[in-house]
Formats: sequence, structure tokens, C-alpha cells
Amino acid sequence: RQDVLVLTPWLAPIVWEGTFNRDILNAQYKQKNSVTGVVTFAVKKYWLFFISQGFMSSANKYFLAGHQVNFYVFTDNPEQISHLHMAPENHLFVIPLQNLSRWQDISMSCMDIISRYIRSRFRYEVDYLYSIDIAVQLFEHIGVEIIDTLVGTISSWQYAARRESKSYETRNESQAAIPEGEGDFYYTASFYGGSVAEVYKLTRACSKGLMEDREKGIEARWHDESHLNKYLLYHKPTRLLSPEYCWDEEL
Amino acid sequence: SMKLQYTEEKLIQLFPQSFYQQPRVLAPKRQDVLTVTPWLAPIVWEGTFNSEILDSAYKPLNLTIGVTAFAIGKYTRFAGHFLESAEKHFMRGYRVNYYIFTDNPEAIPDVQLQPGRRLVIVPMKKYSSWQEISMRRMEAINKHIAERSHQEVDYLFCLDIDMVFHNAWGPETLGDIVAAIHPGYFNVPRSQFPYERRSSSAAYIPDGEGDFYYGGAVFGGLVKKVYEFTKTCHMTILADKANGIMAAYQEESHLNRHFLSHKPSKLLSPEYIWDDRMPKPPEIHLIRFSTVDKNYKVIRD
Repeated sequence: RQDVLVLTPWLAPIVWEGTFNRDILNAQYKQKNSVTGVVTFAVKKYWLFFISQGFMSSANKYFLAGHQVNFYVFTDNPEQISHLHMAPENHLFVIPLQNLSRWQDISMSCMDIISRYIRSRFRYEVDYLYSIDIAVQLFEHIGVEIIDTLVGTISSWQYAARRESKSYETRNESQAAIPEGEGDFYYTASFYGGSVAEVYKLTRACSKGLMEDREKGIEARWHDESHLNKYLLYHKPTRLLSPEYCWDEEL
Repeated sequence: SMKLQYTEEKLIQLFPQSFYQQPRVLAPKRQDVLTVTPWLAPIVWEGTFNSEILDSAYKPLNLTIGVTAFAIGKYTRFAGHFLESAEKHFMRGYRVNYYIFTDNPEAIPDVQLQPGRRLVIVPMKKYSSWQEISMRRMEAINKHIAERSHQEVDYLFCLDIDMVFHNAWGPETLGDIVAAIHPGYFNVPRSQFPYERRSSSAAYIPDGEGDFYYGGAVFGGLVKKVYEFTKTCHMTILADKANGIMAAYQEESHLNRHFLSHKPSKLLSPEYIWDDRMPKPPEIHLIRFSTVDKNYKVIRD
């Protein structure tokens, strides 16, 4: 790929189609004997039930095929998530959100929920953890190339934008504020992950920032995504996924 | 084998606030060369990295970088220039330990070092042939890590001594397992790589296989990883010895065999392992480390 940037200035690879050989990567991943977890939220509207079917059947069939994957689906509608016939190496865990006392505030507390569950459960069950939006369906194209210590995905909406016009939060009062003249890429909150330890630090830091903003009565422009971008500016990802990994159908 | 206590692997934790040009997704800095391997390891070329960003993350970690170099027999004459040029260009601003393996400690000149940097002479036996000397390096490095350097350094580079630094060699080179692309073979098809082609050798690589041809003059990584792969290479070298065979390019052949099955996590472009006898092609913007011209007949005798 000569047309796009494939390496960041801090030497993290940016994963684009055509830059990697999945067979080599599969062989390397197999040697590690790792377990990868995928976290997703299926909440509120009934139509999300259908999307979650698409998500699960695609992910179950294609995502890290041949390797063990644990899918953790947080939902307020556990009955609707029908029990798919999972591939032998995969597991599906449906986690009802009613169990959490403050789940109503869903847009704010995805980060909080993830960090709590890492601490109480996920860290004992997986080595790598990815938070993937339920709307993502193109799992045929997603494989072990995403596995690394701290991974962010470049947003398909912003990938060509200049720093100044990016959607960073600019108000100093917010914990998510990025000062003028700073910023590498605009990352999407629809797809991020890494080692369970790094994802814990990320979700903790973001949920802390979200909470502090809340207490001041301020809401960052793009909610948890703004906080994610602040975090990844100062804790640079070890690998980036190109906008191909999270292409928004509306574009 | 000994169970070693390793210092904790340091992951880049924090990049302090700094101002630099925005990286542009649609504007790759180098379109003329491969900058990422098929297994997503970076290939370091001038233009691909920003030294300030990397320094801002690495310097606060207080790392110590080790360098091994073998000055045996007549090769002691190269030690002075090697060390002087390293003081000017190698990991400036970082703590560095130079481990000079030699059979003649008095012949190693007393080079003035910057603060935080020191010279350690490691007495080494002189083997009878230059090939033997070359191949015993793996064993010597491995033993030395176990005995000493694992406690003193975080990263270790193993370099040839008959070479000189000409330009900056910095934290862009740090990685778990680091290999360098040989300057003579970066632009040729794999069928022409001088891999060991006899199937009786433990360094054998069949036709149709191979990623790159790596040079034996430069390799390194986390001290724990260097310990592991120098041990493996030494084992394959001994296996060949038992079978009465010596690989085409000595330990370089064994290194290539090893890095084919255990791919490096970072590659250095030929900027980091140049041969001054070669004309500089347009892809090489900067020569950082290269050979000193010498008369092999005299030196290797």
C-alpha cells in the first residue's frame, strides 16, 4: 500500500487490507495460546435484536476463526438474544444489565461497566479484550491482525481531516479536552481494545473523566469517544486499525 | 540452563504532551520502500519515525542499552573508532554499557565516554580460525547475559566491531526482537539470498522460502529475548558441528534460519547496517552504521 500511511510516527503499524499476511499472523497467534474476548452492548430498541443476530452470527463464524473467543453481550433484553449455535471454540455470555444498579445511563457508563467487569471477571478469562459496536458486521474481514497490546481504530468520518477540524473536545473544563495543536488521529469508540490490562487502564481513565465531567455538569462533545481520544493521545496505541475496520454504511 | 531473573518488560506508558506535525493518513512519508512486514513489524527507515515523540516516551523510562562487540586478534584495531563514533551517534542521552569481548584487553583504547555510559572489557578466548571466532559469538553473548548483562541492561544490541556510526541511532531501534536487513540483498528476490541451501545443515532454508536476508553484523532486542535466540542459534551451530558441516555464512546463516521461523518484531533498514563499498542507492537517505574498509586477508589471518 503506497497510497496510505501504514506506520505512525511512533512506529505503530496501521492495519490496512494488503499490508499483512493473515496466515503468518494466525500461526504466531496460535503459538501464544491466548484467549480473546469481545464485549458488546445490545440495549434499548427492539431492532437492535436483529442487528445483534447479524453481529453474532458473523462474528461467531469469522472472527478469529479457529481460535477461542469469548463473546460478552451486555443487554437489557437477555431473552431476545437467542442462543446461537456457537462454534466449538467460542463461548457466548449474555450479561443482563438489570443486574447493575446504574445501567440506565448507558451512554455514559459503557466504559465503567467494562472496567468493573474486567476487574471482577474478564481478567481471569481472557488475555485480550475488544469493545466492538453491535453495528459492526463485516467480520469476514477482521482477524488476528487486530491483536496487539493497545489498539485504536481510525474513524471513517475523520480520517482525512486536519487536526483543527477534528471532533476533539476543546473546552478546557472537560477532562476530555485536547489542547490546540495536538492530536494524531481521530479514533472511533466503536472498535478499540488490546491486552486486558491495557483496556482496564483505558476504561478506568475514561470512566473517571466522564464522571468528573458529570459532576461539573459538562458533557464532552462525543461522549465516551472524546475521552477515548484524549487517552489515546497520551497513551499511544501500539497498533492502529484503518477506517476499513469500522466503515460506516452511511458514508 | 539457569533460571534467570529478568527486569520487568517496560511498555510505553505515557507520551507527554508535545507539539509536532500531524501525521496524515493519506500522506505516507515513504512510498518507495516497504515500511511494514507482512507480520506487521515496522521496518525502520528515515522518514518513518519522529525522534522527538519516541524520545519523549523512552527517555523517562531510564533504560540502559547494552552493546556487545567482539575485538579478537587483529580486530582490536577497530575498537577505538567504533567507540568514538558510538559516543557521537549511538543512543545519545541514554545510559549505555559497551561490552567489548577481547583476547587482548590492553589493546582496547581508553575512549572518553559521556556521562551515564561505560566500557566493560570481557576477556574472551581466541579461537583458531576466524570462522570459529565468528560462530562462538552466540555462545559468548548468551553466557554473558546469564552471568552479568541481564542485570545491567534492558535492551542489548550485538554489533560487529569493524564498523563505524555516521548518523543517529536512537530509540526507534528498540524492540523485543530486532534484526537488520543486509545491504547487499534488500533489493533482490529470495532465490538469490545466500541462505544455507544444504539440507544437512540445521540452518537450511529451502528454495521458495524466506522473508528477508538479515545481516549478522546487527541484531538485538530485549535482553531476555536476545538470551533466548542466541541460545537457539548456538544450539543449531553445535548441531552442525556434530555433523561436520559449517553453514555458508557462519552464524549469519543460523540467524536467518531462526528469524524465518521466529519473526523479528522490528526490522532495521540497511541504513543501520551499510557496506561502504556499495554505491548508495536513492532509497538510502541516511547511512547510520557502516563497515570500515579493510583488507580481509590481513585481518583474518
